[in-house]
Amino acid sequence: MRLVGLFGGLFLFWLALSGLFAPLLISLGVVACLLATAAVWRLNMVDREAQPLELLRGALTYWPWLVVEIIKSAWNVTKVVLHPRLPISPTMTVVKASQKTPSGIATYANSITLTPGTLTTGVSGHTLTIHALVKDGALDLESGGMDRRVSQFEGTA
Amino acid sequence: MSFVIDIASGILIALGCFFIVAGAIAMLRLPDVYTRVHGASVIDTAGAGFLLTGLMLQAGASLVTVKLVFVLAVFFFTLPVAAHALAQAALHEGVKPLLSEDRTSGDGKDQAASGRQP
Repeated sequence: MRLVGLFGGLFLFWLALSGLFAPLLISLGVVACLLATAAVWRLNMVDREAQPLELLRGALTYWPWLVVEIIKSAWNVTKVVLHPRLPISPTMTVVKASQKTPSGIATYANSITLTPGTLTTGVSGHTLTIHALVKDGALDLESGGMDRRVSQFEGTA
Repeated sequence: MSFVIDIASGILIALGCFFIVAGAIAMLRLPDVYTRVHGASVIDTAGAGFLLTGLMLQAGASLVTVKLVFVLAVFFFTLPVAAHALAQAALHEGVKPLLSEDRTSGDGKDQAASGRQP
């Protein structure tokens, strides 16, 4: 099942990038995708972590939420930066990541970094070290709203 | 109809440019490595995001749009890794961040753990 998904994904990727539908090129694409799938299978990398198909459903609600968060905090950072007195209050803090899998923690850490104004500077186990441009950003993360969203997203798998 | 799309994509591209300029100003005004990374992340996410979405509207329902989606996806998966690597390299080299408050240890953290706001 995962192999079929991997092959299908690779082939769609090939079609989208080439944009040519001549029989020769299509069959070359099939051969290339089969070879790539076989290579991944030989490397024993066909598993839940490498092809998280189950996460797609959760991603449909998590990604739009993350995009809205990114726009909101980009606007907040812009306001701070363009303010004549530059009212920054850089803060370092530590937050707990309640996700169970390594990829869940990585998703959380990446989401924090992706959101302007907060930056993950270190990860050890379930503890993330955060640098925030303004103190409010650090307090927001400490209150754990994003942590819960990511755990929920992870839980859909 | 194409007029409406042109206006929408124009607005998105202008927004993207605005965030890129704001990020550039941030890079110049902010005091140290760690705060400047925040400026860069405004460019990377909001700037590039709005700009590419505006370009997608210009390209319409074609393969170009699909490729722009790939560009955006690659951006959003790789940029946090780059920002994180930059910050960690700076920490590793012993560059001390300018802080108005350090809540990684001591009293500040205990308050945070119990959920109280200082």
